[in-house]
Amino acid sequence: MLKSFPAGGVHPAENKLTAGNPIEYLPVPPSVTIPVSQHIGAPATPLVAKGDKVKTGQLIAAGKGYVSSNIHSSVSGTVNKLDHVIDGTGFRQPALFIDTEGDDWVDTIDRSADIIRDITISREEIIRKCQEAGIVGLGGATFPSHVKLSVPSGKKCSLLIINGVECEPWLTSDHRLMLERGEEVLIGATILMKALGTDRALVGIENNKPDAILHLKELSSGFKGITVHPLKVKYPQGAEKQLIKALTGREVPSGHLPIDVGVVVHNIGTALAVYEAVQKNKPLFERVVTIAGKSLPRPGNFVVRTGTPIIRLIEAAGGMPEDTGKIINGGPMMGKAVYNTDVPVVKGMSGVILIPMSESSRKEVKPCIRCAKCVTVCPLGLEPYLLMTLSLKGLFERAEKERITDCMECGSCSYTCPAYRPLLDYIRLGKSTVTRLSREKNLK
Amino acid sequence: MSPTVLITIISLSAIALTAAVILYFVAQKFKVYEDPRIDEVQAVLPAANCGACGFAGCRNFAEALVEADSFEGLVCPVGGASVMEEAARLLGKESPAVEPTVAVLLCNGSPEFRHRTSVYDGSADCRILHNLYIGESDCSYGCLGKGDCVRACNFDALHMDPVSGLPVTTDDKCVSCGACVKACPRNLFELRKKAKKDRKIYVACSNRDKGGPARRACKVACIGCGKCQKVCAFDAITIENNLAVIDAFKCTFCRKCVTECPTNAILEINFPPRKPKVEATAESINS
Repeated sequence: MLKSFPAGGVHPAENKLTAGNPIEYLPVPPSVTIPVSQHIGAPATPLVAKGDKVKTGQLIAAGKGYVSSNIHSSVSGTVNKLDHVIDGTGFRQPALFIDTEGDDWVDTIDRSADIIRDITISREEIIRKCQEAGIVGLGGATFPSHVKLSVPSGKKCSLLIINGVECEPWLTSDHRLMLERGEEVLIGATILMKALGTDRALVGIENNKPDAILHLKELSSGFKGITVHPLKVKYPQGAEKQLIKALTGREVPSGHLPIDVGVVVHNIGTALAVYEAVQKNKPLFERVVTIAGKSLPRPGNFVVRTGTPIIRLIEAAGGMPEDTGKIINGGPMMGKAVYNTDVPVVKGMSGVILIPMSESSRKEVKPCIRCAKCVTVCPLGLEPYLLMTLSLKGLFERAEKERITDCMECGSCSYTCPAYRPLLDYIRLGKSTVTRLSREKNLK
Repeated sequence: MSPTVLITIISLSAIALTAAVILYFVAQKFKVYEDPRIDEVQAVLPAANCGACGFAGCRNFAEALVEADSFEGLVCPVGGASVMEEAARLLGKESPAVEPTVAVLLCNGSPEFRHRTSVYDGSADCRILHNLYIGESDCSYGCLGKGDCVRACNFDALHMDPVSGLPVTTDDKCVSCGACVKACPRNLFELRKKAKKDRKIYVACSNRDKGGPARRACKVACIGCGKCQKVCAFDAITIENNLAVIDAFKCTFCRKCVTECPTNAILEINFPPRKPKVEATAESINS
């Protein structure tokens, strides 16, 4: 019997159409729009001004404070302007607009294809390099990696988990990375182990990727302390706490971090980015993005420079189908419909999914029939129907008692509701209101 | 009469009498004195229990009025001057002047002026839309049009205009309780001083972006150019964060700023039509 997390979860149609498509390089776009906030935490401060010449990989915005991240130019060219852009989050953010001229990389980046296995630098150096390279969690949460790697004093990390679950339907970017860059990913994992001071790492992969499991199992025999574990296919297994529970049986208590149970989780893409930053001096300015859709002529996995408008990606995939109703940034479960096709690719964008009009529209909302399906599927043991009602009625204190802030917004409840109730919409509203109210209370 | 019935009547009467005596003394012991004037004042209040005064309901407000030394800061906006005067007469106190106000929407972004650049098909709730993304137009300050204010209004004073997609206030019904002010996630409502004949002149915009982006998002956005400020002879207009604000207490309704505004962001409502020369402008603004 394969391992999985015990409570809740759903299994949406997988639709991993692009699992067999090797990673391709998307041509460098004629201009890029790089938002200065591509991570959780304080936005970065721009270091360049209009008219400045920049090189590919050059630092163009510096992280402000500890929980923040550096931003690097993804192209070489001239800074056109500093302005606002509506990015994948749907809000207006300050961004740098750069016009591309050639593709001239910073000299320090090692562009050779050699794989460097020896890790020569110290623990502190690794963390410093990750911070300098602007590495953030590439699974979608974009939490700055150097913060996660700096284990707070008094706590000990005994285990590293590499997240190769990719439980979101449609997405295949991590799957392809495991198959094509497996060795580099495992070297990255070894680097992460060294930084965390642990000698054990588990790679969790869902059983719908047997080729990746086999490939990494073969490779892992050459790496000390790394083991590969197949997992039962269940959404949202890629969520940090669910993955820890599935692999180790340890439960991260509500309001605590994985480090409190001695575990740190990093994504496959992050492991590769760490490898590139430490061994190749390459900052994070490109990532693998899955572009897929039922009527898309040529879906695939592309290495895309950050700041590339998603329309370039759609064109590379054969152009926008006429029946497109929504374009989703990320996976269909947790992703967000984008505002327009000029939205730039950012560090946290793992996929772009084109959903046909016939499947994207919301269904008519009917009354709750008290079937409790939402309660059954909630991986956190919450009661979504109740949280929605409380949020709707404005009973935020009670909602806080019902642990509304524990919700990770996986969307399993809305997905499963037979009455098509917008459960997550209202839980999100309640969550943000509760967070705001408690922040206001703390200020007083 | 049989002895059983007699015994029953006597014993029950004895129990009732004892209980009455006990209850009398308990009632005396635990008596709570309540000012009878509270009931009188409460009878005068509108009984809307809307919370506009800042208290939980009309009863709490009545208690506060009775206890207060002066009426300073205590106003029932629903009842207005007449109710406050009546309450003051009952309590023998001075009632301060009550300025009647009315809710106005500081946005005029109908689809005609503000292009819809995306379609939202989620829950029809402004708060959810506001938390989710910038909104259906490029303006991140304007009305979202999902009617949170209409649902919040207990006095039937707001309704959605199907053409403009914006809420419209019925001035006669608005009691300026402030429910819409609280309900709007974008803070688009202002309680503005009521003038005679319900006349209003105000900047119907809340966009604090610079001129260029504001104008691109909406044709009738305030671009903060300052022309209205220059033309105003009464210092009623201030510009802050690229947005002009007309002080209703200083404004004399001369209407000079309305014609001066290059984007028609300043609205004049309930005015007689102007002389032919400028009539076209006034009409297009009012439409």
